[in-house]
Order: sequence, then C-alpha cells, then structure tokens
Amino acid sequence: MSETAEANETPPVEDERIKEMAGFRKAMIRPELGAICGTILVFVFFFLTARDSGMFGPAGILNWSVVSAQFAIIAVGACLLMIAGEFDLSVGSMIGFAGIVIALLSVSLGWPVWASIIAAFVICTGLGAVNGWLVIKTGLPSFIVTLATLFILRGLTIFAAIATTRKTIIGGVRDAAEGDWLAPIFAGKIFKGFFQWMGDHGWIETFSRGTREGMPVVEGVPMLIVWAIILVVFAHILLTKTRFGNWIFASGGDAQAARYAGVPVNKTKILMFMFTAFCATLFATLQVMEFGSAGADRGLLKEFEAIISVVIGGALLTGGYGSVVGAALGALVFGVVQQGLFFAGVESSLFRVFLGIILLLAVILNTYIRRMITGER
Amino acid sequence: MKKTLTALAAAATLAATSFSVPAYAEGERYVLVSHAPDSDSWWNTIKNGIDLAGEQLGVTVEYRNPPTGDLADMARIIEQAAASKPNGIITTLADFDVLRGPIEDAVAQGINVIIMNSGTPEQAREVGALMYVGQPEYDAGFAAGLRAKGDGVSSFLCVNHFISSPASTDRCQGFADGLGVELGSQMIDSGQDPSEIKNKVLAYLSANPDTDAVLTLGPTSADPTIKALEENGLAGDIYFGTFDLGSDIVEAIKSGVIQWGIDQQPFLQAYLPVVVLTNLDRFGVLPGNNINSGPGFVTNDGLALVEQFAGEFR
Repeated sequence: MSETAEANETPPVEDERIKEMAGFRKAMIRPELGAICGTILVFVFFFLTARDSGMFGPAGILNWSVVSAQFAIIAVGACLLMIAGEFDLSVGSMIGFAGIVIALLSVSLGWPVWASIIAAFVICTGLGAVNGWLVIKTGLPSFIVTLATLFILRGLTIFAAIATTRKTIIGGVRDAAEGDWLAPIFAGKIFKGFFQWMGDHGWIETFSRGTREGMPVVEGVPMLIVWAIILVVFAHILLTKTRFGNWIFASGGDAQAARYAGVPVNKTKILMFMFTAFCATLFATLQVMEFGSAGADRGLLKEFEAIISVVIGGALLTGGYGSVVGAALGALVFGVVQQGLFFAGVESSLFRVFLGIILLLAVILNTYIRRMITGER
Repeated sequence: MKKTLTALAAAATLAATSFSVPAYAEGERYVLVSHAPDSDSWWNTIKNGIDLAGEQLGVTVEYRNPPTGDLADMARIIEQAAASKPNGIITTLADFDVLRGPIEDAVAQGINVIIMNSGTPEQAREVGALMYVGQPEYDAGFAAGLRAKGDGVSSFLCVNHFISSPASTDRCQGFADGLGVELGSQMIDSGQDPSEIKNKVLAYLSANPDTDAVLTLGPTSADPTIKALEENGLAGDIYFGTFDLGSDIVEAIKSGVIQWGIDQQPFLQAYLPVVVLTNLDRFGVLPGNNINSGPGFVTNDGLALVEQFAGEFR
C-alpha cells in the first residue's frame, strides 16, 4: 500500500496498471453497496410495518442493536478469514467451548475471573492456530477440517461440563466476577449518566415499578456494542490500510500467485484462523459475563449466522473479495430482520423463510455488483 | 299473550344488553416465550393451547422461541418482547441466571409476567412474576401418594433413573409422604440403561416380596420396568404408577399393567396463563396462588381422549 502511495506522488507519469474511473461510479460501486441497499431497504420495511410496536423506541433499538452487535463480532472474524480464502465452521462450538472454559476455571476450580478469561483466550486462539495449521499442512479444504473441529469441540464441551459438575449449564460466574478488574470490560455499560439524564428529562422511558423505579429502561450502551464497533474499525483499517490487509486479499484471491509474489500466505491464513477464534472467544466472554452462566449448548449454528452476515455483506465465498464494513452491515441487516419480525408480529416459524429470501436476494445483488466492479462476465 | 310478548321482549332486551356490554377493551396482546427449539414437538400442545385461549377470549397471543434452543437467544427474545409493549409475557424459566435479568426488567417496565413449565414457584416469586403455572414435582408426587394410599398401598419401590436431578427425588419423596411412610431405601438409583433398570427392579422385587407398588419417573424407567414385571409375573398384579406419558406407557395403561400415568398437562400451562392475564387486564382479578397444571391422572377410563388428542391438546 505504501509503495502505491509513493508511486502516486509522482503525478505526470500515469500508471497504466491503474484504470481510471469516473468519481461517482468509483464512490458507488463497492463491495458493500449491496449491503448498504439492503440496510436501507430493511429499515424502510420495518419502519412501515412495525413503527408503533416499540421497535424504534429506546428499548427496541437497544434490542436489535445488541443482537446485530453479536452477529457483527463473529462476522468480522469470519469476513477476514473468508477473504483470506478459508472457512471456519467451528465458530459456534468454539463459543460454547470458550464459555465453559471460563465457567469451569472460575467457578469450579476457583481461579480468579481475569485469569480464566485470559486462559480461555489463549486456549481458543491456540485451537484456532491448530485449525489453520491442519488446513495448511494437510491441504484439505478448511470446510472439512473445521467441520471436524465443530464436532470435537462440541463433544468435549459437553463432556467436560458433565464430567466435572454433572450439569450442562454452569452458573455462578456473576458472583465469581464480583470485584474483578477485567470482568467489567466485558459486562458493563457505558454512558450511564447520559441515559439517566435523558430518563430524568422524560426523553426516554423509565421503569415504572420495583426497586429500579425511575431508572431509564435503557441504562447505557452495553460493552457488547462497544466491542463490536472497536472490532469493525480495527478490522476495516487492517484490511484496507495496511500491507497485511493486502496479504489477506492476495492469499484468498490466488494463493499460488501470492506466494510467488512473496506473500507469506501460510502465516496470513493461520493468523486469520486465530483471529476468528479470538472473535468467537470474545463473543463467549461477553455472553458469559452478561448472563453469569455458561451452557454447553451455547453458540449452536452461530458459524452459519456469521457466514450469512458476511455473504449479505458482499464477500465472495471463494475468497479474495469482500469488505468488513459490508460484513458489519450484513450483521445489522440480519439482526434487524431477526428481531424485527418479532416486532412485526410475524409467526416465528417463518423467520427462516425470510432469512433464506434475504440471503438469496443479497447474493444475487452482490454478484451483479461484483461483475460491475471486476468486469468479469 | 300480550303480557308474554312484553315479557319476552323485555327478556330479549335484557339478554341483548347483557350480551352487548363490552365493559372491557378487547384485543389485548400477550407473548409466550419458550426455551424449546423449533423441532421440539412437545411444544405443539402449547401453541394449540394459546391459540385456543386467544380465540375464545378475543386476545392475540404470540408464540416465540429461540430457533436453536439457545437460552442466551431466549434472553434477547424476552427483552424484545418487553420492548414491543405487550399486555403481558408468559415465559419459561429454563435457566434462572440467564433469564432473571430480562424478566425483572420486563416486570419493572410494568408488564405482567407469568412463569410456566420450567422453574420453581420460589424462582417465579423472586423475579417478580405474578404466579407460576406448572407441575411442582413434590406436590405431584404427594398427590399420587395420597391416591395410592386410598387404593390400599403401604410400601413401594421408586425407580429413579435421574437421581442427580433434585426434581426426580422430590417426586419419590412426595409419594412417600403422601403414603405416610419413610422413603428410606425404597428409592433406587436405577441408572439410564434399560437392561440395568430391568435387572435392578427384578432384584429389588425378589428381595422385597412385600412391596405393594412401583413408581417410575418417566418412559426411561417405566418401559424397562414393564418388561421386568412381565418377566416375574407381577404385571397387572402389583400396583404400578408412573410420571409422564409415552406410547409404551399408554399401551400398559390400556392393558391394565399400569394403574395411572401422571400427565403435567402442558395444555393448561399455556391456556391458563392467558386466561389469568386477560382477566387481570380486563377486570383486575387475579387468583391468589400458583396454579398446578398437574398432576393429571390418566387412567384406562380417560385414555380415549388422550389417544384422540395426543400431540394436539394432550
């Protein structure tokens, strides 16, 4: 990237490798265009159908933002990995596994919560590295390798939980996390004063009874959303503004060509597997810290939710193409649709039908946009 | 004649007015949130229950569940339900840690909450719910014990296939207390393996030939116990009761091997909360206690209805 920047600084000589594009077209035609259209469409749709259902009240906004943020956290990892040309189907199992690791260490073994969280991150990113290493060494499709990890981790999680505590749900993490220095980073809420102030002025609703009477319904911005934003910004900068970002694109686009050009493809891919595992662990930690318990069946099918978000966001399943902003918008679309259908009062068994239709529309639209960008036929 | 006509007319007017007094606003909206994944067929009864209640009372009841059964997703659904401002929420309390926060928030927002099926009356009170509608296991066992005592039972064998669950032990303890005897060693830890259960039952009954009755806690322990009784010739002779229903259990009730099966009656767990919430919203009336949807005793007499409505309302 920096090299191109230098090249551009010598203006008169035009680089014949860079195609000139009209400004408007350049601004419009980007991988996330489909996701932007989708987001607008989805919001207009729900604004028309579910406006007076509380969906756009403070509590409603918080509800679908939290769900979208959850999707975004795992989608960012899946997005970078997918651009690097690989899949990780073990995300959901990793979430369950990481949660149980934290709960087992902190509640059953009495470790301090901060140590348990750090241990979970170390173990899980390590497992991510194993995933990546296996894919690189065996040359097998990551689809198969991580499918195996999906089963292994889920089985191990259930076994570990039952063997040590005879239960599949381990509670008591909230009490263990009392006074811990690291836990608030995952469980707290920020801007509480601001929301209280809005509540006092009657701009947002307050609780009408009970011990929390007078406190605003929305207490603050959950750390879950903060983490999602941090992750999206970080990954976006990594992907578009750094040399490593170019490596990611190159590894996914054509690994062999990238190797000839001196890109450390193996290292890049393994790091991306680790990053995906990191995102899954982050998801699990946030969930365990918020709810105070870990369940061996948590995170079921989350890998597909991550992949769906990324695909809605315009990334190519075969790698080498996509955008983090697109994936984040894909997560937003997914979250808004999932919760919005409840607000609109649609029979919940129809949720999957809507999801399928949106996925199909998104892929068709994205394919069309991609052809416009790359000029492929 | 004219008198009769006037009387009739008066009666008709009276009837008409009494029919057309909508002193309440119809169309309340309630949300039932369950913890069951889409594929769990048991909950179909629940859906039919709320549909029927909604139809009869003129209210809307929406059914929501996490598609994969993920309880963390369920917490989001409760938050969502609260944000949509329904008149009331009916929910299960499958995991107290995960769900208490969202439920307490809903209660604090002024939404009436009833806990159904999972959880305990104590937990329901703690989160601020109006009541608990379900089958408290100890009470169910106690009622079964009283019934057995009336039938002349004074000793029993409780086949506990899930000894680590407090609810299972509550069932046996309740039964013993209902009979008015010590539980003592009359409860055996049978394990989950069918042949193991069968052999343990056979061994216990040959070592304790005076045993009057057998109590099993579900299809897992009932089915092998039926086999055991067929093998030692006590089938139909010994008093046999069980919790929960299954196809083998229904067959055994029909053939007289099992005297009764205890049904927790999911239909009532769905139907009654809607009735309670609607009447609370319309007239401000509220029953003063938790509602036990079970134990409903299924005997040979009531079997026709069970078979007819199995999977629909039973």
